[in-house]
Amino acid sequence: MSDPTLSRGGIPASLVASGPWTAAQSVSLERLAAALPAIDAQKKNVVIDISGVEHLDTLGAWLLERVIRRYQLQDLKPTLVGVPERFRGLLEKIHDVNRRPPIAQPERNKLTAGLERIGRATAALYTDFGYFLAMLGAIGASLGGSVLRPRSLRATSTVYHLYRVGWQAVPIVVLITFLIGGIIAQQGIFHFRKFGADAYVVDMVGILVLREIGVLIVSIMVAGRSGSAYTAELGSMKMREEIDALRTMGRDPVSILVLPRVIALICALPILTFLGSMAALYGGGLVAWIYGGMSPDIFIARLREAVSVTHFEVGIIKAPFMALVIGAVACSEGFRVKGSAESLGLQTTTSVVKSIFLVIVLDGLFAVFFASIGM
Amino acid sequence: MQEPSQTLAISVRDLSVGFGKKKVLDGLSLDVRRGEILGLVGASGGGKSVLLRTIIGLIPPREGRIAIMGAETDYGDSLAMQDIGRHWGILFQQGALFSSLTVQQNVQFPMRENLEISQTLLDELATAKLEMVGLSPDDGNKFPSELSGGMTKRAALARALALDPEIVFLDEPTSGLDPISASDFDALISTLQQTLGLTVFMVTHDLDSLNTVCDRVAALSDGKIVEVGPIEQLVSSQHPWVRSYFHNARARTRAPASH
Repeated sequence: MSDPTLSRGGIPASLVASGPWTAAQSVSLERLAAALPAIDAQKKNVVIDISGVEHLDTLGAWLLERVIRRYQLQDLKPTLVGVPERFRGLLEKIHDVNRRPPIAQPERNKLTAGLERIGRATAALYTDFGYFLAMLGAIGASLGGSVLRPRSLRATSTVYHLYRVGWQAVPIVVLITFLIGGIIAQQGIFHFRKFGADAYVVDMVGILVLREIGVLIVSIMVAGRSGSAYTAELGSMKMREEIDALRTMGRDPVSILVLPRVIALICALPILTFLGSMAALYGGGLVAWIYGGMSPDIFIARLREAVSVTHFEVGIIKAPFMALVIGAVACSEGFRVKGSAESLGLQTTTSVVKSIFLVIVLDGLFAVFFASIGM
Repeated sequence: MQEPSQTLAISVRDLSVGFGKKKVLDGLSLDVRRGEILGLVGASGGGKSVLLRTIIGLIPPREGRIAIMGAETDYGDSLAMQDIGRHWGILFQQGALFSSLTVQQNVQFPMRENLEISQTLLDELATAKLEMVGLSPDDGNKFPSELSGGMTKRAALARALALDPEIVFLDEPTSGLDPISASDFDALISTLQQTLGLTVFMVTHDLDSLNTVCDRVAALSDGKIVEVGPIEQLVSSQHPWVRSYFHNARARTRAPASH
């Protein structure tokens, strides 16, 4: 196929366009239209002959229109001649488009724009916290309603979610905590051995796992595994107006969708924490035996001396609160999803990041609290 | 009645498509001529969308041949399919606009992927397309979730037309639109078809669209095309399914035969 052209014609102040003016020739066409052939300013009328144009599509028609408009800006009167009948409709249509100048975005001062971003982010912190508190309140209210009218609690849904976030999470939770217990023991033995204190590895593993690591690791894993799923589920329900549908049927989405999920999480997390802690102790004991040469009998005997039920209590008491925070964050973020796929991804990420952050903050607050009451 | 292949935009021969043991299309043949608007009707779940999705290469056919603009398709060859894909634009039933891009960016997407043109020209062309389908340039800055049903269809049509395709596939273009928007949309398709010289393959249930914009109508029943022709021919068809389609209680008040 030959190249499109736009060149000075035989008679003065005339142009001749020819060849295919289509998107396939976009590169050369755009160059042609940009290099506006200069017209003698004495002549007012510019005649553009397009009878030689073989093919014309929207792109070609628009570039032709652009050439005409630019001549008009130079106070010339361009006219098209030799328009083949089949292009007439398209050219007329294109003649009417892009008439309004694009709205120019006002140039912003970089400093004020930066300050504005900081201000908005700070204000967003308050609204975020507001959403979290509102969700906690809504969960509390619907829990209260369920206590008054136990039949209104969605038992089937709760059990189903318990199965998903509890039972199905057991293998991965046990595996990860087992490995972490083993790693802590190995590191302990390696470093304590330098000053002959490798027997104290048992104290370290026992206290660390039961008080802190067990519940923390399990909470973080549940936030990543189940919290993200909650946000994504509720978010896609929000996107497809399922939540609005529930509302219009006079049903409270919190008591139908959120409460069963949160209750399931609150039941599952202590169980998972217990299983995880046991797996971590098992992993620690195994490493102490294989790597540190400490027989299981001695490990268990030392463990009995080192840890008390208090340590176990401290760990397990925290679990339901962690679950509540994860559930409330996940569900409130899910409800904040807007129409787009991008917003779903954004809220799911926010949900996981926020719940992990809050879990760690909460753990710190508990540490202060337990220290002050002497546990 | 074999027509010369130069005048055919789409030619489907002995096409069979099935899922598992179920055969949805069974030896189907259909020709779409260049520059016509062909409406495809058929029962819900009868394989209309399957036929459309097979032609555009989303579902692999079991048997049969499909030629687009005279070129045989080979759905295994993805490069060849990309070339053929530039001949067509598709308006999906729900619009299928990319939800994380603005309308303007949605329209620019195929151009940006296929053409080497400057951002200024991209912007101008996208605005031109939006205005051609009856949207205002301001709508271009909206996200798909902020559009009404009719605007979504129009924006999706603008994207389908982004590369100036020769064939446009429309999957139930007027479903979910109120009668005014639907007839506006029909008129839009008709004008665009004339100005751009498009071939339109339209799956529809809308009897008004069939009456007003379609040059020919094909009826799909039991996996085969049972009747093709102008709407009057289908209305007077003796095929039992086609008869009941055009002579049920709802159709009788609308079909041209009753005027």
